Amino acid sequence: MYSQILRLWMLVALLWMPFLVFAAADLEINTPAIGSLKMTMQQRHDQLAGHYASGAVGLTHDGLIAMRDAALVPLAQRQAVNGLVAAENQDRQALYREIARANGHPEWEEEIRTTFAQRWVQKAASGWWHQNHAGAWVRK
Amino acid sequence: MRTLPMAMAVLLAATVSACVTINIYFPAAAAEKAADKIIDEVWQLKKQGEAPAPAKPDEQK
Repeated sequence: MYSQILRLWMLVALLWMPFLVFAAADLEINTPAIGSLKMTMQQRHDQLAGHYASGAVGLTHDGLIAMRDAALVPLAQRQAVNGLVAAENQDRQALYREIARANGHPEWEEEIRTTFAQRWVQKAASGWWHQNHAGAWVRK
Repeated sequence: MRTLPMAMAVLLAATVSACVTINIYFPAAAAEKAADKIIDEVWQLKKQGEAPAPAKPDEQK
């Protein structure tokens, strides 16, 4: 009788193992939605990189980007760069939302955004501009 | 003696709730790792196979 219960218990414990392992593993970032966001952002980066370097565009403290000094962009290009910034921000918001959703916790979106905000700045090249916690522009 | 099945039920409940608890807290380290991986790809900071090649002063002539 008891050995039967014990066997059942062990079976139940075994069934839970994958969940325990999964909980300790990495975040899921290999979904089609995240993959396509990454690709469009990568392509857009070729156009944005020069503006990060010039200081026209900077990294905000909430994980997005913003036009920091429009005067650094030739007037003819200004509209296009504004468009790039808006598109990039839309993709970034979608990226944070998708990562949270892919991991079954939509409420993690803000924490994921905060994590990204720190990591973008950490990985930015020196000379690029970013906002500090108070929202002031700082040159890296 | 019905305590053993009872104890097992309690243990099972504890295990299940532990699994839920683990997932409720935001996995900060895993998120950082995921962010780094995505940023490296978007900004192409680590090109696979290629050495960073910081302008080698390889004067051939």
